[in-house]
Amino acid sequence: MYEIIAFYLFSALTIWMFLIVVLSKNALYSMSALAAGMILISGFFFLLNASFLGVVQIIVYTGAVMALYAFGMMFLDTTQDIKEDVHSPKIIYGLWIASAVLVVFMVTAPFAAEHLALDSPLSDPKLWDGSNPQQVGVVLFTKYLIPFELAAVMLLVAMIAGIILVGKKMDQSITMASINDTKVEEEEFHIKEEK
Amino acid sequence: MITLTHYLVLSAILFVIGLVGVIRRKNLLMLFFSTEILLNAVNIGFVAIGNFYADLTGQMFAFFIIAVAASEVAVGLGLLVFWYKKEGSIDLDTLQRMKG
Repeated sequence: MYEIIAFYLFSALTIWMFLIVVLSKNALYSMSALAAGMILISGFFFLLNASFLGVVQIIVYTGAVMALYAFGMMFLDTTQDIKEDVHSPKIIYGLWIASAVLVVFMVTAPFAAEHLALDSPLSDPKLWDGSNPQQVGVVLFTKYLIPFELAAVMLLVAMIAGIILVGKKMDQSITMASINDTKVEEEEFHIKEEK
Repeated sequence: MITLTHYLVLSAILFVIGLVGVIRRKNLLMLFFSTEILLNAVNIGFVAIGNFYADLTGQMFAFFIIAVAASEVAVGLGLLVFWYKKEGSIDLDTLQRMKG
């Protein structure tokens, strides 16, 4: 009974929040609504006996990702409403229709795949004693150890990339086409000095 | 009784909301937000299937998707700020160099 109430409450609120994200004209409202939606989604994870993932969802998404967005938005001008002009309505209507067809496929797929047989070594009932974080830990550090380490390396690479991209003197060095620009400017400067 | 179908339908609805965002918005920040919605919708589907088949693989995949999303945000936001400092706008149309 509680599961039903919780499921419908969380679904309604999540859909509402995400609709605000997609339709709002103000970036700050969008970000706040997205943070709320992330927390509500962790409610689903708790309902689905994935308490570890629920905690990770709150910590990583609401704590790290949304905080990163909040800091990133300090660089941008977010007080104004976002102006967007739509050039070609035909393409947009086409994409709307395509997405509607996709909805139909996605909604009917579960009914079609009801007799899906799953044969996986992780269905081992021994794994299902103990709390969820314990099970996740056991599986993560045995079967998924290499992807776990690769994810660690990937996060390190992403961190370095983020630091370099938003670094102090980025308009003068390292990234993108600005290297050539600065070289050209320096050469022009030298030429002027010689003259 | 909440079944797997309920969760999958919810996942589909959330995915389509994200998809509409990706299609409709022209602001790069909004595109990133919509991408987050897409990833979260898929996560719900993975965890629901994993739970109803008594299998931890779904949770593992959701876990790695969260890791990918975190690094995507770090790099993407860096590029976004870089682009804003360079062009003064994060509208998608400013990225359009070739007039096709």
